Amino acid sequence: MKERPRIHDFDWTLLAIVGAISGIGLLEIYSSTHASGMAGMQWKQLWWIGIGIVGMFIISRIDYHTLLDQAPTLYIIGLASLLVVLVMGYSRLGAKRWIALGGFNLQVSEIMKLIIIIVLARYLSEVHTDRLTLQDIAKIALLTLVPVALILKQPDLGTAMVLVPVALVGIFLAGIEWKHAAVGALALAILIPVGWGMRTHLKPYQQQRIQTFLHPEEDQRGAGYQILQSEIAVGSGGFWGKGFGKGSQNQLGFVPVRYSDFILAAMAEEQGFIGVCVVLLLYLGLILRLVDNAQKAKDKAGMYVVMGVTAILGFHVLVNSSMVIGYMPVTGIPLPLMSYGGSATAFVFMALGLVMNVRMRRFVN
Amino acid sequence: MAPWNANDQKIPQGRLALVSYVSVFFVVLLLVGFWKLEVVQSDHFSDLAEKNQVRSIPIIAPRGAMLDREGRVLVDSYPSFSILLLRDNIKQDEKNLPLIEEGLGIDHQDLQGQLDAARFEPKFQPIVIKPAATEADIAFVESHRADLPMLDLMMVQRRRYPHGQMAANTIGYVGEVSQQEIDKNPDRYRPGDIVGKAGLEKEYNQQIDGTDGMRRVVVNSIGKVMRTLDDVEAVPGKPIQLTIDYDLQAIAEADFIKNGKAGALIAMDGRTGEVLAAVSRPTFDPNDFAVRIPPKEWAALNTDTDTPLLNRTIQAQLAPGSVFKVVMATAMLESKAIPPTYTAYCPGAATFYGRIFHCDHSHGVVDLHKGIVASCDVFFYNVGKMLGIDRIAYYATSLGLGQRTGIDLPSEEPGLVPSEEWSQRVNHHKWYPGSTISVAIGQGAVMATPVQLARTIAAIASGGTLVTPHLLKNATNFPSKSFAISDDTVEQVTAGMWGVVNEPDGTTEGSVKLQDVDFAGKTGTAQTQSFELQNKLGKHVKENGWFVGLAPRRNPEIVVAALVQAGGWGSTSAAPIVRDVVKAYYDKKAGRFQLPPAPLTAGTPPPSSASAARAASPPPSTTRPAPVSAPHPSSASVARPTPPLVASVGAQQP
Repeated sequence: MKERPRIHDFDWTLLAIVGAISGIGLLEIYSSTHASGMAGMQWKQLWWIGIGIVGMFIISRIDYHTLLDQAPTLYIIGLASLLVVLVMGYSRLGAKRWIALGGFNLQVSEIMKLIIIIVLARYLSEVHTDRLTLQDIAKIALLTLVPVALILKQPDLGTAMVLVPVALVGIFLAGIEWKHAAVGALALAILIPVGWGMRTHLKPYQQQRIQTFLHPEEDQRGAGYQILQSEIAVGSGGFWGKGFGKGSQNQLGFVPVRYSDFILAAMAEEQGFIGVCVVLLLYLGLILRLVDNAQKAKDKAGMYVVMGVTAILGFHVLVNSSMVIGYMPVTGIPLPLMSYGGSATAFVFMALGLVMNVRMRRFVN
Repeated sequence: MAPWNANDQKIPQGRLALVSYVSVFFVVLLLVGFWKLEVVQSDHFSDLAEKNQVRSIPIIAPRGAMLDREGRVLVDSYPSFSILLLRDNIKQDEKNLPLIEEGLGIDHQDLQGQLDAARFEPKFQPIVIKPAATEADIAFVESHRADLPMLDLMMVQRRRYPHGQMAANTIGYVGEVSQQEIDKNPDRYRPGDIVGKAGLEKEYNQQIDGTDGMRRVVVNSIGKVMRTLDDVEAVPGKPIQLTIDYDLQAIAEADFIKNGKAGALIAMDGRTGEVLAAVSRPTFDPNDFAVRIPPKEWAALNTDTDTPLLNRTIQAQLAPGSVFKVVMATAMLESKAIPPTYTAYCPGAATFYGRIFHCDHSHGVVDLHKGIVASCDVFFYNVGKMLGIDRIAYYATSLGLGQRTGIDLPSEEPGLVPSEEWSQRVNHHKWYPGSTISVAIGQGAVMATPVQLARTIAAIASGGTLVTPHLLKNATNFPSKSFAISDDTVEQVTAGMWGVVNEPDGTTEGSVKLQDVDFAGKTGTAQTQSFELQNKLGKHVKENGWFVGLAPRRNPEIVVAALVQAGGWGSTSAAPIVRDVVKAYYDKKAGRFQLPPAPLTAGTPPPSSASAARAASPPPSTTRPAPVSAPHPSSASVARPTPPLVASVGAQQP
């Protein structure tokens, strides 16, 4: 029996998958930007990956039980930070998402993702039951929806939505009465039309995105243009792809933010269906490996932490890929590890730090 | 209650497994989605990707020049610049509008209107804000490259009519192709193409219209040209040579400018039908159409009561007046219904069917010769009465009246020769014999165009050969028709016409005689309103003056028909113009012709932009074209492959 967690116990298989995805992402960022004024972006991304790896090691060292102990404090810090962003964060592209922190522009909502994983893991461990009561579900909903509301206020629909699956997966794993599930499904079925009726409360750009998603052909020059160009990039890639650096949609800038949210479209154009298969199967491997880690966790708290990470990453991959092929509206949810983006990339590695944290301690008392 | 971290519960392995299965399900679903796009619909999207990045830029082919019969340029094309406004960054555009308006002298409302109209066009499509840039405009754009990057220059081929209004109605003008023309010929035309809209520009559009080339370029998402894929060079239109003689045309135009009247003149070779000059006044400057004509000016041209767009040589259907007496004389002799020695007594008026018909003055005893020479109405009233309307109609029609001459110009009018059948068909009543009396002197229902009269008189003077008037030189597809007229008849009628010019009692009173030229002709002074109307209104609208002259009197080399509207006597208004043209024709033959020094053409020559002057040959002088041999050097230079149409569209980086 081992006394201490060791680096040796890191999930090296998982990290190999993560490395492969990150490597493909770096190559595609290079391909998308090398011929433009943004050349050299892949180095910035690599730098962020480095920061993320450091963060991953730090987080893996702090016993997750300690982190869960501090859940209420973390939650309050998280909410306070979101309020600070709303009050004094600086705007970029019409949204207040960033605060300057020692030279870095930190996207606070990324930190909130980590905190919500810990907070919900803590709460779900506390209930000690195999069937959540309605009260429990309501509390979980409240815990989740407060930060969701604050992030929506920024406004950042994408990140706000990402918090929801953490709660949903958590509730499912904790156990739920069939009737509650049924009522929940029913409520959702009613809420969607109601939400549609209240769409006028959304920001104009959000309304636009929904409109565009429902009727892309009516708006070929605006947001519908983005989806159409993405589909053209994907479709014209064919089975084998046009080759590295040879996608016209990508290289000539027809694919919107091709190095970030639409990097999978750029990838699909240049590497074809084969390339997409490799990437999506790598992501599936990542998810399955995460689930495997959850199954082997020492306690339920560890499982909830790992599955919280799984829920967020899985949701990102699902929503982003669907958007690229026009199955979902444009929401600004990046593809984890591949899309260019500092905070988002660092978050993924820190979240993986939580996973390593749980894994390293599975044999420890 | 146990502490939160009491490890008293088992991991829900089943539920976790279910999460795995759901993940697999979603990945499969996504792969199916990608399969559909990348494999099933791959061709469709490849096509769209191709359309996205490849843009075809037309390289406009210059239209062929029009040369006169001696190879002098009447119309050509020159490269000119249009100023484009790029719309990649509309906000920036709008911020700079005041500066652009001031620099290029564009009206604010006009420019804003153009921008608004293009609001829903793709952003990469620039709009033309100034179609014909002046030297100053180009300098403005060049000097503001840095601070006004949204301005750019585009080279276009523009039509140039160096002599302005000269022969404008005959030459015609160009304009943007209409939707109907595109529908008729969708392979050839695209919206915005320039085609001939009137006159020879329209008639010979096929020949002089070049074939536009195409440059295929790869553009990025903001429309910046990244590289050229391939070029299909423009094939310039072929120049055409006309039968027009610049010198004769200039002489005739000058006479009309001098008298300031509306009217027309057509001079042609009586043996071949080659048109040597064709004037229609008032007219327009086709240069105004070469650039986008402002709607206001177009409306003004169309509603102008002087009808400057009407080509009077082929479209003015008017009473021919006494010129018609030549046809009457021919009918009288050829029909043999009346003996050639027939005489009538003219007391200055005569009564037919209870109505008094006037004559110019009392001519006494008049035979055919004197009837023509002095243009005695009473003589021809009697001839007309004896012939009857149908016999008149037969000869008039056989000699080419009441039908189109077949000249190679669009929209020719047929004129009118009344007959019993016509009266029944159009007026639904029998022909009134009294009407024949008016028709006999070229009044009443009979109507003819200047080109018809020239052709008919030429036919009579050459024994009945009806040529087809035409403007295209070296053409073979203009056949002559024949209506045999006896030599005796030709001799008598042409002798009469010789008398009009040369005998002391001729209507021209010897005022248009030409030394050493066998010059004959017939005057006409056609009323445009009846005596009754004149008396009622108490004012006199001046008659239309006609003169059809020919030389030599038999088998004429040159026949000239002139109409001066409201010019009064044909002998004083139209005859001198015809004389000037015939004199110029013989002076040229004798090698002693000199074009008078006065500026002959009103109308402004197009501004030749600096670039045009650089790229093409020096612009032809506006009044004195230098004779050149075909192919004309300027036509050779416009035939060069066109330089890039869009010099550089957009230079912004994302």
